[in-house]
Amino acid sequence: MSIRERLSGNEAAATAMKQINPDVVAAFPITPSTEIPQYFSTFVSNGTVDTEFVAVESEHSAMSACIGAEAAGARAMTATSANGLSLMWEMIYIASSLRLPIVMSLVNRAVSGPLNIHNDHSDAMGVRDSGWLMLFSENNQEAYDNLIMAHRIAEHKDVLLPLMICQDGFITSHSIENIELIEDENVKSFVGKYEPKHYLLNDKEPMAVGPMDLQAYLFEHKYQQAEAMKNAKKVILEVAKDFEKMTGRKYGLFEEYKLEDAEMAIVCMNSTAGTTKDVVDHLRQKGIKAGMLKVRVYRPFPAEEIAKALSNVKAVAVLDKSDSLNGAGGALFEDVTSGMYINGNTAKVVSYVYGIGGRDTTAKEIESVYHDLEDIIKSNKVDNPYRYLGLRKE
Amino acid sequence: MAYNLKEVIAEKPSRFTAGHRMCAGCGAPPVARMILRALKPEDHAVIANATGCMEVSSFIYPYTAWTDSYIHTAFECAAATCSGAEAAYKSLKRQGKIEQDKHTKFISFGGDGGTYDIGLQSLSGAMERGHDMVYVCYDNGAYMNTGIQRSSATPKFADTTTSPAGSVIPGKMQSRKDLTEIMVSHHIPYVAQTIGVNNFKDLYEKAEKAIYTEGPAFLNVLAPCPRGWGYPTDMLMEINKLAIDTCYWPLYEVVDGKYKITYKPAKKLPIEEFLKPQKRFKHMFKEGNEWMIKEFQEEVDRRWQELLDLEEITNR
Repeated sequence: MSIRERLSGNEAAATAMKQINPDVVAAFPITPSTEIPQYFSTFVSNGTVDTEFVAVESEHSAMSACIGAEAAGARAMTATSANGLSLMWEMIYIASSLRLPIVMSLVNRAVSGPLNIHNDHSDAMGVRDSGWLMLFSENNQEAYDNLIMAHRIAEHKDVLLPLMICQDGFITSHSIENIELIEDENVKSFVGKYEPKHYLLNDKEPMAVGPMDLQAYLFEHKYQQAEAMKNAKKVILEVAKDFEKMTGRKYGLFEEYKLEDAEMAIVCMNSTAGTTKDVVDHLRQKGIKAGMLKVRVYRPFPAEEIAKALSNVKAVAVLDKSDSLNGAGGALFEDVTSGMYINGNTAKVVSYVYGIGGRDTTAKEIESVYHDLEDIIKSNKVDNPYRYLGLRKE
Repeated sequence: MAYNLKEVIAEKPSRFTAGHRMCAGCGAPPVARMILRALKPEDHAVIANATGCMEVSSFIYPYTAWTDSYIHTAFECAAATCSGAEAAYKSLKRQGKIEQDKHTKFISFGGDGGTYDIGLQSLSGAMERGHDMVYVCYDNGAYMNTGIQRSSATPKFADTTTSPAGSVIPGKMQSRKDLTEIMVSHHIPYVAQTIGVNNFKDLYEKAEKAIYTEGPAFLNVLAPCPRGWGYPTDMLMEINKLAIDTCYWPLYEVVDGKYKITYKPAKKLPIEEFLKPQKRFKHMFKEGNEWMIKEFQEEVDRRWQELLDLEEITNR
């Protein structure tokens, strides 16, 4: 029997961590993810978990300590946001290159500057090419479920890559929602024991980690990372299948919402999907064939599958909660369009940058995007493919 | 402790092996070798190394000179990386996931750039958190790996590639940071300053205490660099001797707040003896620059006296 609870997104993440019971957690406070290590240190202080909690002096050291711990043979976890992730950046790449399946809760927030503590996805987008697996969560339930699945994916022998679970700062991290929790024993047996093949603490087989890796080998090592990233897609789906058996909750690489017969679609991530579903329902009542595709697995990017899922729509709007400042469009937009193009999908596509720095995105604004898509279908052209949604006019 | 250092060296195999690519006349490899000799043969070690000369020349894929487990991540975070491995050990041992009767020791190595400068925060954090580990700084007084740039460990007036002795500015204009004292201020169980070659006994005994004292320990070891200092490679032993006999680099330890100077030269030599064989101080001996030597001497004298005073005060 599952347990019904009411938890905020941060509480959900901390609860998942408690049930996973990692060997080491190293973290540093930063809004809006601070509550995760805060709740977790209470579990440590009360002996609810076996974890060694390392209250580091910076996020750079948080990731460095996670790397040291995971390489030593422990399951290591952390949580951060925005500038915290920026400070980790150097170590983020090192973690994935050392093939260490560290799991992180990333509570998405705008990266400075100027300073802003509210939600957008600029933190996650800054590490999209770092070799981490990246899963996004619409709500508290998904943030929890994704964390429960995380280690099975990251630690799989064909993957061995670090993984971050994203959720929207404040919007889900600080909102209390109904949630279904899994019993502790079931989580324990689902996650399983961590049995690394090689680790520093094995005195029978001392190992050296993190070499000077020159022209003769680095290229091949990077290729192995790329292969592992590709392998992850299959593993993510296998783990989701097992998770569905346990909970009845079904997860894929992305979620399709009324997409089957849709003429137009919005592609988005995290909590915006909730608002968009509502708008889709509303438009459907009016006879407008609107649909939505919510990306769950952003890295590895399911380019081919997304192109296929969008093969019957005439126009697509990709919503980016981060501006790539490249003069051409958001990061998700570029991933989706290139995926569509190489897979022969020639539907019209338009990029919308929205919600920067926690700017509220209303149902009315989302609805306006569908109306823009109607115009695009009617005129069969996209005048300006790089647009802003909800930008103040004055 | 009754032991014979010659026997120790003869009996214990080197855990930092030959084949690494560090320069002839470099002071760092003997430091690593001697410190690891202080480990009990039955104990395993995890070594965390900061980016620097020692790292780039001892573990070039697929070869390694280290016989213990070894990890290198980046320049500024050897201490944090080591603290993570130590936390893993504590956690796994408490949970019974690793053998209870076997011991692993945690040792970090970093140069002065990776310790005094870019790694200071990571080091301070790890020491304050009380991890059971030893941090060893092999101090050669500049960023030697990138080509002799000044660090906060570089002595005043030294000619480096970012503090060149020019016609207007005569080398580095700032004094050397006293990292050993900063570490003393962390109130950790063991802090010592020692030297790599010439006084092996001092290094060995301090390494043993650092490794086998529970909690965080810090060793600051002078490790001359023939390229950066500009001395002939066969002069390593002598340059070390001059560093301690001029009291430029005092050997001491601090346990429970008590200072103990472990070497007091019978005859304190003038600082010129240490400066003269080094090209980086060559400009100090030009006519008209006598004030530089005088100032250098005054600072050495002042710091030495401070140390003598601290020893006296803390042992009253």
